[in-house]
Amino acid sequence: MSERERDEHSGTETTGHEWDGIKELDTPLPRWWLWTWYGCMAVAVVYWVLMPAWPGISGYTRGLLGQSDRAQVTQDLKGLSAQRRTGEARLHAATLQQIEADPELQGYAMQVGQSVFGDNCATCHGAGGAGGKGYPNLRDDVWLWGGTLDAIQHTIRVGVRSGHPNARGEAMMPAFGRDQMLSAAQVDDLTEYVTAISGRKADVAAVGRARQTFTDQCVACHGAAGVGDVARGIPNLTDAEWLYGSDRTTIRDQLWNGRNGVMPTWQARFSPETIKALAVYVHANAGGVAEPVAPPRDVVQREGVAAGASTH
Amino acid sequence: MSEIKASFLPVTEKRPSLNEPVGSMTQAIARSDDAPFDAIALYIFTGLSALAALVATALTKDPSFRFHGWIMLAAFLAAFLTMSVGLGSGRFRSDSTRYADGVIRAGVIATMFWAFAGLSAGVLIASQLSWPRIFYFPDLAWLNFGRLRPLHTSAVIFAFGGNALIATSFYVVQRTCRARLAGGAWPWFVFWGYQLFIVLAATGYMAGITQSREYAEPEWYVDLWLTIVWVAYLLIFLGTIWKRKEPHIYVANWFYLAFIVTIAILHLINNAAVPIGLLESKSYSAFSGVQDALVQWWYGHNAVGFFLTAGFLGMMYYFVPKRVDRPVYSYRLSIVHFWSLIFIYIWAGPHHLHYTALPQWAQTLGMTFSIMLWMPSWGGMINGLMTLSGAWDKLRTDPVVRMMVVAIAFYGMSTFEGPLMSIREVNALSHYTDWTIGHVHSGALGWVGFISFGAIYCMVPWLWKKTGLYSDRLVEWHFWIATTGILLYIAAMWVSGIMEGLMWREYTPQGYLANSFVETVSAKHIENIIRTVGGLMYLSGALIMIYNLWRTIRMPSVVQTSPGLVASPALLAAE
Repeated sequence: MSERERDEHSGTETTGHEWDGIKELDTPLPRWWLWTWYGCMAVAVVYWVLMPAWPGISGYTRGLLGQSDRAQVTQDLKGLSAQRRTGEARLHAATLQQIEADPELQGYAMQVGQSVFGDNCATCHGAGGAGGKGYPNLRDDVWLWGGTLDAIQHTIRVGVRSGHPNARGEAMMPAFGRDQMLSAAQVDDLTEYVTAISGRKADVAAVGRARQTFTDQCVACHGAAGVGDVARGIPNLTDAEWLYGSDRTTIRDQLWNGRNGVMPTWQARFSPETIKALAVYVHANAGGVAEPVAPPRDVVQREGVAAGASTH
Repeated sequence: MSEIKASFLPVTEKRPSLNEPVGSMTQAIARSDDAPFDAIALYIFTGLSALAALVATALTKDPSFRFHGWIMLAAFLAAFLTMSVGLGSGRFRSDSTRYADGVIRAGVIATMFWAFAGLSAGVLIASQLSWPRIFYFPDLAWLNFGRLRPLHTSAVIFAFGGNALIATSFYVVQRTCRARLAGGAWPWFVFWGYQLFIVLAATGYMAGITQSREYAEPEWYVDLWLTIVWVAYLLIFLGTIWKRKEPHIYVANWFYLAFIVTIAILHLINNAAVPIGLLESKSYSAFSGVQDALVQWWYGHNAVGFFLTAGFLGMMYYFVPKRVDRPVYSYRLSIVHFWSLIFIYIWAGPHHLHYTALPQWAQTLGMTFSIMLWMPSWGGMINGLMTLSGAWDKLRTDPVVRMMVVAIAFYGMSTFEGPLMSIREVNALSHYTDWTIGHVHSGALGWVGFISFGAIYCMVPWLWKKTGLYSDRLVEWHFWIATTGILLYIAAMWVSGIMEGLMWREYTPQGYLANSFVETVSAKHIENIIRTVGGLMYLSGALIMIYNLWRTIRMPSVVQTSPGLVASPALLAAE
């Protein structure tokens, strides 16, 4: 052991060693440091006594407070459902039309709907419901699957090509090009035809060539005039609304690959009351079709929807 | 490893050898004409590795594995050919009377290169978060945020931080043991082998080859490669300590050794996996479910503890007292805080899994050990700061000292913030938010970055034998721009983290969530921009540093020991 020297500035002894010119002082542990550390240890020990802490062979020390995350979560969820109960009971009792007619109840449904929409629907349909390429715009008056309250509620419940037994979307757009149902030239001509019936300028010769193809392949679903069929979710090809885009490249791509949109079923995830609120929200906030005034028509339509779901 | 540049090689040095403290070792290289055994062993190893890479690349049916096979094959062939030339011309003899500094010089250059790469990746992904429409490249999957984020974190932690640690540990262990690095040519293997690991990891992230474990994304074969490199690193470090000429082992070496040993253990256990085939890149973890999560965060947290804390404390314990020329404040404190840090850190991992499927008792232990870790962490801060006692004026006169002191201050702040965030009730608010990101960056930019920059500012004139840095004014600029950048960054992340944490937990009176997730994202837009600006400032500071170092290296070297230089004569006498 080397002899100890004393540091001039601090008056503390060094340890007597030196490494590449570096020495060490033999300063004692700072008291505040040591006592704060002891304090932290005391906090830890108290926490161990109070809370679940040390494992043993077949269990763990439960702690004097008897606290348990699992029990806490169950309790929190109970509290939440109690909080929701009153409102949900009112939603449960009323029809969609009654909810919409009662400003106070509608206001309640809108708030619930907005919250649920934001975390579940906005991912595809956008925060404001304006949609995007491949995801329908919910803010305009064009509805693939119907824009009445009941139609919206049904779509939310069963989804589109979702695997739900009553899911919408029985009719599928074929991949005419990819599956070699049509030649590339035929798809090109058909693209011009679709461009023409949506009221835009197109190559007249190509439109002429495509007329027979359209009759053979497209009319069965889209109709002779190409106006589609809301009952089956067949898009109208003559308007200005396009799910994937109106330009020739996109139309040709759709004819070639035949994309078919998918929307999940929400029946298993949301309570019937939540789906009601969501339908009211989408209908009112996002621009649904005006509700028919006469009640009998409503009944007819609901039956129609149910029948449609089972027959298709 | 590959392409060892002639300028880095020890034997090309023309300086007269050191004859004072290590004189007894001069006889060690009697047969100086022959290639030494260590170099021949390395030569054979690279040749066999090249052969193995060739066979694997040729036989595999997995395009990802083949892609990495080509990279390995190229690296091993380059190394083998370089060594063929080098051995033929007798370049691999090592002079045990001199310190092995060539590999450290290479390490300094690599550190700054990866600093630039890692920080740039950070600025890019921060821009992607700030302006997602502009910096979104749907046709370039390699530049997707999800792939660039692990590239950024690993580039900063493992490429920049790792190279800084390897280079400084090689520097410090030689000086404080008064012995040349053990292993002859093998330190070069550690250097180039580590760079190969970085390249494999980085290209893996961008090509989507990942085992999806935070900070441990590289697949099984890259993990095995790192294991080989790391074991070589450990043996070199231990070997150097073994042949030391000092009676005691200096505190910096305890920390470096703890870092090397613990990282090896963590790496081996966390990466235990079964590949789906020996010629396939994909593997599955040996653990599953919550055990897998616990092992992962035991690893993840101790990567912070032993890589980013212990390793850089080793750096601090050498460069701070050396630069300010004052004795270390307290030897006793260094002992107590070293052992307590090591013992307690290893328990703290479960605080990353609060309110998850992890049993609550494990969460309790993670949290309480984190609280007890506060003072052991602060022991390093006290020892670092109080070492300036008697030399506080250097804060004003020496911007490099100021940089290291601010690093210690950030260390103190983040090692207080960490235990705070480990408290379950605090964690309930902070977890998964930007607060965590801010915490990590006050540690990484403030502590890890600044202490490394300080050490490199010290080392470059010492290693390249200059009277000092090219410009102290540029260090000032670096310091102020980077410090402002860090403050902008962490302040923005505190605000956005607490804001989004509060928004996530807010319920409407009806009992439904008040904010959708996307609303909480758009609410952070301004903070994201401030973060980008802060990161850009930090990157600018690093660019100033790179320029300053480059100009320093290009300055004429000092031939004789010159008084008034920061380095001691013994340092100058080294190779």
